[in-house]
Amino acid sequence: MLTKKVKTRIIFLILTLLTGLALIMIILKSLEKNVVYFLSPSEIYNKENIFFDKKIRVGGLVKKNSFMKNGEEVNFIITDLKNEIIVSYTGLVPNLFSEEKGVVAEGKLKDKKYFVADKILAKHDENYMPPEVKEALEKSNN
Amino acid sequence: MFKNILPNKILLLTNKFFNNLIILFIIIASIGLIYSLVISPPDYIQGDSVRIMYVHVPSSFIALGCFLFIGIASIINLVFKNKLMPILAKSLAPIGCVFSLISIVTGSFWGKPTWGIWWVWDARLTSMVILFMFYIAYIFTWRFVNNFEKANKASSIIGIVGLFNLPVIRYSVDWWNTLHQPSSITFTSAPTIHYTMLIPLMIMFFGMVLYTLIVFLMRYKTEIIKIKLAKKKKYK
Repeated sequence: MLTKKVKTRIIFLILTLLTGLALIMIILKSLEKNVVYFLSPSEIYNKENIFFDKKIRVGGLVKKNSFMKNGEEVNFIITDLKNEIIVSYTGLVPNLFSEEKGVVAEGKLKDKKYFVADKILAKHDENYMPPEVKEALEKSNN
Repeated sequence: MFKNILPNKILLLTNKFFNNLIILFIIIASIGLIYSLVISPPDYIQGDSVRIMYVHVPSSFIALGCFLFIGIASIINLVFKNKLMPILAKSLAPIGCVFSLISIVTGSFWGKPTWGIWWVWDARLTSMVILFMFYIAYIFTWRFVNNFEKANKASSIIGIVGLFNLPVIRYSVDWWNTLHQPSSITFTSAPTIHYTMLIPLMIMFFGMVLYTLIVFLMRYKTEIIKIKLAKKKKYK
């Protein structure tokens, strides 16, 4: 059914697709540093050559009971449940910022455990539910 | 070239079902809109801005789905020299393009109250912009390359290259750290959207797919008529 011409085209196409796939994998792999939007506290902890003068982003969960507000100044801890980073920030946090929720902070590292942010973004998770359901869930957990 | 009956058959089929399709769309879209904007509950953390999701998520799905179709049609087109495929893909492209734009804009509206920022260049958002640009490139090739065979070849290549972007969009949230949240609806696990929100989302999705189908059929008809007219002129 397939003529010789069609067969050659299929082989050519498969080869092109495979090469394309390999190329894209290589590109993405080499760009990984730029593709990753933020680093987790563990990634920062394990990283060897960290720039302290370059802007980076740290993301994770806001640790429970770590949020402290002192006038305009805000301090909290970002955790990925393995390692932690203390973040200090001056300004308003987004409305959806809250403890035990995702957060991404942009700023500079002072050292591996201390981060000075100049921008705070709230990261939402993939869970959607009405408030009543959330309450019921919390009740059954307690 | 158009001696094969298939394009005409689709045209006839279209005429018969077209009105019913529009009525069905109006009913489903109204139910979906009322359900998602009024009846469905607000989210426990996002509040009412969760309602943006009912437009955003279906738009993104359709934008990806349309390009998947265009990509596959491009492959069939290049390999088998099928005459129907380019017309189908060409008719579908502007719809997918608009939906990718809707997805980007509504996502931005959602990002401001949720993340605290309109736009970030994380992997998901960037790959979505790339999808939009592929659509633009695809449409412009058809628009500005006058020779049919040349436009056909060039646009098919764009369609196939753009195919690589689709898994990147889909899995960007799993492969890399992104500000965009991971998918709530996956093939492997139960959805993490409560059913009171999942139902209106599904209805909206179905309604928007119907809309896509309607506009697609309209555009397809126009394309066929255009080709017939051009042919007529040629032989006069």
